[in-house]
Amino acid sequence: MFVPHTDTEREQMLRSIGVGSVEKLFDAVPSKYRFPKLDLPQALTEMEAMQQLTDLSLANESARDLACFLGAGAYNHYIPAAVDSIIRRGEFLTAYTPYQPEVSQGTLQAIFEYQSLITNLTGMDVSNASHYDGATATAEAAVMAYHNFRGRRQKFVLSPTVNPQYRETLRTYLQGYEGIEVVGDEKDADPFLRPEDLFSLIDQNTALVVVQYPDFFGRIFDYTALAQKVHEAGALFAVAVNPMALGLFKTPGEFGADIVVGEGQPLGIPMSFGGPYLGIFATRSEFVRKISGRLVGETVDGNGRRGYVLTLTAREQHIRRERATSNICTNQGLIALASTVYMSLLGKNGLREVAELCYHKAHYAAEKIGAIPGYSLCANAPFFHEFLVCCPIPVEEINLHLLDHGILGGYDLGKDYPSLKNHMLIAVTEMNTKEDIDMLCEVLEEVSHE
Amino acid sequence: MSEPTIYELSSPGRRGVRYPASDVPLSPLPEDCLRKDLPLPELSELDVIRHFTNLSKLNYSIDSGYYPLGSCTMKYNPKINEETARLPGFAFTHPLQPVETVQGNLALMFELQEWLKEISGFASVSLQPAAGAHGEFTGVMIIRAYHLSRNDTKRTKMLIPDSAHGTNPATSAMSGFEVVGIPSDARGNVDLEALKKVCDDQVAGLMLTNPNTLGLFEENILEVIQMVHNVGGLVYGDGANLNALLGIARPGDLGIDVMHFNLHKTFSTPHGGGGPGSGPVGVAKHLADFLPGPIVDIIEEGDDDTPPLYGLVTPPKTIGRVKSFYGHFGMMVRAYTYIAMHGPDGIRQIAENAVLNANYLLSLLRGKYHLAYDRICMHEFVLEGRWDDAPEVHALDISKRLMDYNFHPPTNYFPLIVHEALMIEPTETENKQTLDAFAEAMLKIAEEAHSNPQVLKDAPHNTPVGRLDEVKAAKELVLCCWIPEKDA
Amino acid sequence: MNTPANLKYTQSDEWVQLDGNIATIGITDYAQEQLSDIVYVEITVASGDDVKKNSLVATLESVKAAADVNTPVSGTVLEVNEELGNTPEAVNSDPYGKAWLVKLEIKDPSELNSLMDASAYESYCSNRSH
Repeated sequence: MFVPHTDTEREQMLRSIGVGSVEKLFDAVPSKYRFPKLDLPQALTEMEAMQQLTDLSLANESARDLACFLGAGAYNHYIPAAVDSIIRRGEFLTAYTPYQPEVSQGTLQAIFEYQSLITNLTGMDVSNASHYDGATATAEAAVMAYHNFRGRRQKFVLSPTVNPQYRETLRTYLQGYEGIEVVGDEKDADPFLRPEDLFSLIDQNTALVVVQYPDFFGRIFDYTALAQKVHEAGALFAVAVNPMALGLFKTPGEFGADIVVGEGQPLGIPMSFGGPYLGIFATRSEFVRKISGRLVGETVDGNGRRGYVLTLTAREQHIRRERATSNICTNQGLIALASTVYMSLLGKNGLREVAELCYHKAHYAAEKIGAIPGYSLCANAPFFHEFLVCCPIPVEEINLHLLDHGILGGYDLGKDYPSLKNHMLIAVTEMNTKEDIDMLCEVLEEVSHE
Repeated sequence: MSEPTIYELSSPGRRGVRYPASDVPLSPLPEDCLRKDLPLPELSELDVIRHFTNLSKLNYSIDSGYYPLGSCTMKYNPKINEETARLPGFAFTHPLQPVETVQGNLALMFELQEWLKEISGFASVSLQPAAGAHGEFTGVMIIRAYHLSRNDTKRTKMLIPDSAHGTNPATSAMSGFEVVGIPSDARGNVDLEALKKVCDDQVAGLMLTNPNTLGLFEENILEVIQMVHNVGGLVYGDGANLNALLGIARPGDLGIDVMHFNLHKTFSTPHGGGGPGSGPVGVAKHLADFLPGPIVDIIEEGDDDTPPLYGLVTPPKTIGRVKSFYGHFGMMVRAYTYIAMHGPDGIRQIAENAVLNANYLLSLLRGKYHLAYDRICMHEFVLEGRWDDAPEVHALDISKRLMDYNFHPPTNYFPLIVHEALMIEPTETENKQTLDAFAEAMLKIAEEAHSNPQVLKDAPHNTPVGRLDEVKAAKELVLCCWIPEKDA
Repeated sequence: MNTPANLKYTQSDEWVQLDGNIATIGITDYAQEQLSDIVYVEITVASGDDVKKNSLVATLESVKAAADVNTPVSGTVLEVNEELGNTPEAVNSDPYGKAWLVKLEIKDPSELNSLMDASAYESYCSNRSH
């Protein structure tokens, strides 16, 4: 399809090689299995492919068609046109990992700027070039903590208020490490637990304590006391963040986090049915050599010109092989670039403005929903743009009604927390108008009467 | 002139984007919880566009030139992929929507799973892993889970040929295995005698790249797989080089138990300067229950009038999730588009022409560069970037000099078993004229290496920056352009 | 290549100097040249640790490589060279002097019997180059 050769050229090339046919190049393949017949649909032209894909996409209902109140780890934010215009440039899109710095300064400087923005947004000292997503970044924090203590501390404390998918991913990652114990988020753990409820789990064997900020239910806690407790025990403290919330709220750096991870999707990345997203990973200077994944550093060339290179590569798999602490060999390059453009466009005031819009709209919605008979809010702390609603009937039923009215309802928490049956997690962003919210409230009220 | 950083371009008060004022009454902010300062830059939209456009011009890319990077399959990334992935019905769907509202997404994922199964000969596929290395991790954890499910706890060893990518041993170590290296024989194959010696009931598996990283088809592949299976081990196929096998041989048919695909190599999704990739994993029947979930399946059969209902299911003995949601969906749309445009014959033509191009280029360079293993190659080949009569020249110098001729260098210093390796993968999308021009530059450089080695040592001469001081970068560690505390 | 005659050498390019029951360990001139510019030294043991023969005591990083340093002899760590954290380049400039890595109190000097002397190490190295 994208092969340029004419028959004449192919003949010339075969002659140069000295074989009679292309088939002859595959003599080393066991003949019994050579050239299988593939049962695939016949090739489409570009025009036909575009039509088929368009039809498939139209079989979905998207946040373009529906008022979206669904969050739980992926959020519907506005993405300024400039973001996509930059990441579509072939010079960024079709470049490889910047192993040859002389011809990759664009990618390298963009990553360096990404690191700088994340460092400043999280209040930490250093950011890597990104991991796959929030879940894997959280798992990598655990792996880093394991190696930081050379396997001598074996307990990992997870708050049950960390995104359930992050917790599951972390467990998958730690399966291969002997003697590891992951505690704190057992099925019967109180999902409304407050930071101080974790104190009793932290001891001299604890390698890492992981919390989320805002937590999975949208709540904002000051983790200063918890961080102190963790440090008294000599353990590390990781905070999984929603970077949008950091436009407004105190940084994890301020309350003493050692590692900040997070899902970067809110920073200019389309929801795209779950990916590709962006795994934020930042830490303190003292751990810089323990970070897995790419790092870009500033340096100079022979003429003293400023330039950027991948640095500290001796930590990585292509050099350390089985002694590397992670096998990662990519970052989310283009997605990190998208977030860099997004943060540059919004800047100091824009990001705060979007965060405030989310905050105000969510609080307006929460207040209105809380006033509907049969619904109650479960907020026992300040919250950002997501909140928990206890509903009179199962969430699934409510969501079907909402869908009939063009509304994508909130997340059914009963799926992950048996004690939270009939609890809906509602997310509100700058994309939700007052009209959307009023409509949501109307339908919720209607549903409760049925 | 170097491009300033976004912090250097910042001017207090400037805005790049505006938002509508709040249409709801304002709620009081919790003052105790707020940050004092948000140290982000302030730029106009044009500042931002111009800055990143200028940066983009400092990059080499497939769109701008030939990128023969071995083991990376830098083929053309069709523009249609970028259109389909951005269709609003795909790009604006939330991953947790009710399945009834995302049947288009699920149908696409289901078909892609089916197509990857058909192309590879595996029984089941999970699209969740985010990249090749992530797929490897998934596959090796599946091998681990398989043995443990049979109460076979003595299998602690993972066998890895010395030509393997660094990710193979790193993955094995992450997954709790002890790595046992296997040497290559004089033809570049796995050394069967050495393999026999280490095959015992402690072997969990073998990680095999085929074609291997020398670009050679493993001539004893069936014996190698049989030897590992005979002692109860499983064979992991590193799918890095699948481009050479499309429509040529199916790894599942050869007896491989589990393999990852690289949608960003084989199926044309863009590399994006280092990601995002996508690394689906395919497994033989006996491993299907261990895949990470959820994967897409038909939960209600359709008929002539109604399409089937697709849903998300988690395999019963799953190793667990390896990331959020279902994988890099945007990359799946691109790969789907690509496969749909090829069909069965087009898929085979990819491999045929990739192998044709590699052998053609090799035929032009043979004799001027040392070849550690001189055989018909698959989609790539490895030269030695050194000559006994030009002792000061290294592979790196050849690579840097290629930049002056406006080519991207090949992969350097890998595989480790070849001295001064230059690993060249032309891919099927390059035309004969480009290959001829590249060969000409390589021959010119071979000549310069003898006549004027200094011009290689000082290369590149025409790039935005010259060779950079990596020692300074690693010792002084400047990883951030501006931190407020340090500035104050 | 500098190979002091008063030291013993291993096949993995460590040197040992024995002074009574105190063994000082570092890496050789040959090794530092192979690694090129050292940018980071991490000593992975602390004073008071008991280390076994062939166990890891330090990791060295250049921009292109990482090397593990294993002790060729068992013992108790008396002292580690903290200074190298700030001056990794000493491994290149003074591998047998300022760039010593650890000092051990050893119990069984016979563990050192299998090590090479300077001339054996020199011919071992010359056989390795290409």
